[in-house]
Amino acid sequence: MNAIEKVGSYAVLMKRTFGLPDRWRMFFRQFLDEIQKQGLDSLAITIIISVFIGAVITIQMVLNTSNPLLPDYATGLAVRDTLLLEFSSSILCLILAGKVGSSISSEIGTMRITEQIDALDIMGVNSANYLIFPKITAFMTIIPCLVIASMFFGILGGYSMAYFTDIITIHEYVYGIQFMFVPFYITYSVIKGIVFAFIIASIAAYYGYTVKGGSLEVGKASTDAVVNSSVIILLFNVMLTKLLLS
Amino acid sequence: MIEVKNISKAFDGPVLKNVSTILETGKTNLIIGQSGSGKTVLMKSIVGIHKVDSGEIHYDGRDITKMKRKDRNHFRREMGMLFQGSALFDSLTVLENVMFPLEMFSYDSPKVRHERAVFCLERVNLGDALDLYPSEISGGMQKRAAIARAIVLNPKYLFCDEPNSGLDPITSLLIDRLIQEITHEFNITTIINTHDMNSVMEIGENIVFINKGEKAWQGTKEQIFDTDCEPLNNFVFASNLYKELRVAHKMFLEGEAKKLIK
Ligand SMILES: Nc1ncnc2c1ncn2[C@@H]1O[C@H](COP(=O)(O)OP(=O)(O)O)[C@@H](O)[C@H]1O
Ligand SMILES: [Mg+2]
Repeated sequence: MNAIEKVGSYAVLMKRTFGLPDRWRMFFRQFLDEIQKQGLDSLAITIIISVFIGAVITIQMVLNTSNPLLPDYATGLAVRDTLLLEFSSSILCLILAGKVGSSISSEIGTMRITEQIDALDIMGVNSANYLIFPKITAFMTIIPCLVIASMFFGILGGYSMAYFTDIITIHEYVYGIQFMFVPFYITYSVIKGIVFAFIIASIAAYYGYTVKGGSLEVGKASTDAVVNSSVIILLFNVMLTKLLLS
Repeated sequence: MIEVKNISKAFDGPVLKNVSTILETGKTNLIIGQSGSGKTVLMKSIVGIHKVDSGEIHYDGRDITKMKRKDRNHFRREMGMLFQGSALFDSLTVLENVMFPLEMFSYDSPKVRHERAVFCLERVNLGDALDLYPSEISGGMQKRAAIARAIVLNPKYLFCDEPNSGLDPITSLLIDRLIQEITHEFNITTIINTHDMNSVMEIGENIVFINKGEKAWQGTKEQIFDTDCEPLNNFVFASNLYKELRVAHKMFLEGEAKKLIK
């Protein structure tokens, strides 16, 4: 299949996915399950990565802003904007593309090769809608929480550098992170996160749903899903930034 | 009754070539043939999982190939299917698997749905495995759970793809008999794919022989030994059953010969 055919069959799958569920009760059960699996189970890794990256960015920014001409608050400001603008949305989503994307595509791919999807179809269930719709909507619902948690814990990571080391004072850091704060940056990151969540979940679902063959192909599908969704995230990152910030 | 009229299906090369047949109500219709002859593709084409390239498939007069997706999904509530690998949902228990079609489509009260699921599981002798997961039960039990799931909505049509692949001979026999009993009990149109001559002789009522994607023969099990269809003769002769018959026959002749000598 060439790239254009792939985009076409992806679009067809999404058209089947986005429809009203056969049974709302079943949808909500799946939806809550996915919130748990994709959201809450990703929280720990989000927090850990954000704290450490926040700390590292702070150290690097202290070095980069040691020029006496730059004001005291430069470090905090740079840390904050790096996290808010880029890390807590784009980089976080690239990391989650690996975790959430591969789990979605291998779960759906395994159901495909063991004929569980055929079993759904033969019952008259819209298998795309039943399997994929709750995954996409759940991930898009929970991603703002992950993005905001990442911002908070990233900034906390930086704060811990001020608290535990003497490379920067707490006063300088706290003043810096409040200086010229643009609330829209949070909105911007959340919007990016929601778009990226759709990309991750839908592309992973597409690769899983269209697996042919055996377990080897399932593994390959989940690798392809992660690689392709990462590239598309990077592409949309540029477009959304142009659209929202300039 | 399901009428299959001139269906053809190709993937990379042609797989089904102009297959026509009639599958009868209240009987076990067996589709037999070598591995790779196209049995699974034929079955999945009949149920509409594979879209046929040409031909018609009439379920008691209703042509499934001309139905819109929505109507076909609705119609499928009259079908049950047992897949080669059982295809139970891994994340659900045996009871939840059987409850699934009910939860999706039945408007009965939860109590009635539960009773119906338990009834079907008891019918296949799985009354004491309700809360186990598919990975915790044997292959034969998985097959039985899948049968219970396939019949829970009272289907008019039951499809079984190699119901006894991977099972020992005794379990195979039990599964075959179970399917036949259910077919007669509920007057279902049952279609079974198999390459096992034991099954053919045990439960075959209407037999369709597929050879390299073409229907080569159709008849009853009594007629199967008495045909000039060359590939079918080869298929029957290659089976263990025939070897056993031949050995038995030879032993019988030797016995008779010994008697004569005495
Ligand atoms: N989804 C598919 N895509 C391409 N080829 C297929 C597909 N399904 C089956 N085939 C081919 O069709 C032929 C018949 O397969 P199948 O119906 O599974 O045989 P069997 O009689 O053992 O069930 C095989 O050669 C197989 O490679
Ligand atoms: Mg087969």
